[in-house]
Amino acid sequence: MTLLHPTPTASSGGRSASLRRRRSVGLTVAVAGLALAVLASLAFGTRVVGWQDVVAGVLHPDMDVIAQAAVQSRVARTVLGLLVGAALGLAGAVMQGLTRNPLADPLLLGVSSGASLFVVMGIAWLGLSTLTQYVWLAFAGAAAASALVYGIGSLGREGATPLKLALAGAATSAALSSAVSMVLLSRTDVFDTFRFWQIGSIGRADLADIARVAPFLLVGAVLAVGCARGMDALALGDELATGLGQRTLVVRLVGALAVVLLCGTAVAIAGPIGFVGLVVPHLARAFTGPSHRWLLPYSAVLGAALLLVADVVGRVVARPQEIEVGIVTAVLGAPVFIAIIRRRQVREL
Amino acid sequence: MSAALAPAAPAASPVAAGRRRRTRHRRLVVTGLVVTVLALVVVGLCVGERLYSPVDAVRVLLLGERVPGASFTIGTLRGPRVLTGLLAGVAFGMGGAVFQTMLRNPLASPDIIGVSAGASAAAVVAITLLGASGPGVSVVAVVSGLVVAGLIYALSWRRGVQGARLVLIGIAVGAMLDSVINYAMTRAGVYDANEALRWLTGSLNSAFWAGLGPLAAAMAVLVPLLLVVARRLPILQLGDEAAAGLGVRPDRARLALLLVAVALVSVGTATTGPIAFVAFLSGPIAHRLLRGTGSLLVPAGLVGAVLVLAGDLVGQHLLVARFPVGVVTGVLGAPYLLWLLARTNRSGGRL
Repeated sequence: MTLLHPTPTASSGGRSASLRRRRSVGLTVAVAGLALAVLASLAFGTRVVGWQDVVAGVLHPDMDVIAQAAVQSRVARTVLGLLVGAALGLAGAVMQGLTRNPLADPLLLGVSSGASLFVVMGIAWLGLSTLTQYVWLAFAGAAAASALVYGIGSLGREGATPLKLALAGAATSAALSSAVSMVLLSRTDVFDTFRFWQIGSIGRADLADIARVAPFLLVGAVLAVGCARGMDALALGDELATGLGQRTLVVRLVGALAVVLLCGTAVAIAGPIGFVGLVVPHLARAFTGPSHRWLLPYSAVLGAALLLVADVVGRVVARPQEIEVGIVTAVLGAPVFIAIIRRRQVREL
Repeated sequence: MSAALAPAAPAASPVAAGRRRRTRHRRLVVTGLVVTVLALVVVGLCVGERLYSPVDAVRVLLLGERVPGASFTIGTLRGPRVLTGLLAGVAFGMGGAVFQTMLRNPLASPDIIGVSAGASAAAVVAITLLGASGPGVSVVAVVSGLVVAGLIYALSWRRGVQGARLVLIGIAVGAMLDSVINYAMTRAGVYDANEALRWLTGSLNSAFWAGLGPLAAAMAVLVPLLLVVARRLPILQLGDEAAAGLGVRPDRARLALLLVAVALVSVGTATTGPIAFVAFLSGPIAHRLLRGTGSLLVPAGLVGAVLVLAGDLVGQHLLVARFPVGVVTGVLGAPYLLWLLARTNRSGGRL
């Protein structure tokens, strides 16, 4: 059995004082980082705005002042970034925990592309038009793609190795995004925003829409946290986990449901965004160690911060245009992915 | 030919008979592929909204006559499209087969490990942000393809290069470069789906005579060069020690082959974009057709041409809307990749 966690033993000595200190210091750092990211997301954008206007634009916007109206529009965008980032961070952590695979990520394993394809087909062929309808299709697509990738990736003797899963995910993503292009090109009349379904973006945020999907994210988050103990046990291998009284199948199914809810909702409202779910758990583990009860909240906080920072970068770099956040996360995230691979022995892949 | 290395068997032995059978089979396959390519070229020139006879195509393209209607449709639209598809297909097929053979991994083809994306990203940046055009774009694409290939190789190096690590790192580099392509599109204000897809998955929609020149010139140099260097391929497949014993410097031969293959794929990509999965599929398909004997290069190039020309015809005429060729090959190629993974995983083989 090959252990795929960076730390070979789950929570041995996990109660030590130094780890506790690291967790609390880390949490302070993460929350401070998140607060800064929120400020930056409100303050910076394609339009340069003074601080007075930022404060006024958030608290009591005078919509006749263009600067304050711009800040007001960033409020919804920031809220969406927080939710989607937290969802992707959580989803990535759960995927990595369930598959014991350090390379798992909603986009890289094809889950997001599956959700994207189902939504696009629903718009093109079933004439769907509301976010509440998209969300259910996104769940179906995410579930179907997950099952396909995991099914193909886990065939064979060693089960789902990181390499097999990553390859199955890459192949599935390629097929699904070609299919998305096909559907989009066949109905150009319906799709004014082709890029949104190919590249994630949080630029079209709308508080009413966010309120509609927030419950799904909440349920997904609760399910994810509910799996924390089970995933700690899974890290020891299935036999030991069963011996510890964990029902591995139940843990996997509940965890998979959490992933489907979190990724599906994120895709329905923001399109496919990659690498946040991959990078965040690795950053979090540096503070938390392998225990999922710590890892999951950390991943949510760091995911939100990372996505907001990436979005701000995309707003500032290409003024007067905006670069979609999905582009920025790929450019920033791919080097981390490569670093993770380089740290491992080939036989672990 | 590996058979050339076996001790000469007396004529009329079973070995010689087997060799004759293999040679016959090979000739049959290559001839069949050439005929298929020619048929696809004729169909591509003559079929469309308006049908023209092959005679018209010959008069317009080979005799340079003015034929009302056909002169424009075939001479301006379909002619460059079909010829570009033919050349790009050969380039992708040959380049892909070299990668897969040299790196001993069917997944290590330039379109999967990000080399094609490197050429494409450079081409699109040069065109949209730097205003380049013509042969300059090809040069930039080749340089970038070489740099990206070198980068992936260097990143994968840890006491040697392992196939698994190379493929994974290549996939990540490819994802990053696709984002660079999207970035360039954003900066240049390109929101046209067709134009974006050309650089992401490949398309013949913007093929015209001017772009054909650099492609044809580059291939006239690169293809013969590749065939000359590739005469060493069978020796390399015996393993490094054996090859060194036979006086071939394995590292050098391998490097030379890979360099020419990168150049070929990059030149094709600069013209059509990275047509999805053609480089990846051509070698394995050629290998199956040949039943695994002899050099793959020429057959793989022909298979590449078949895939691109057939994919473009399907995308243009057989579906509900008109799709760029790369979208068609993307949808058709990925199931094969999944099947390959499933089969390898089931049999417990290493990728």
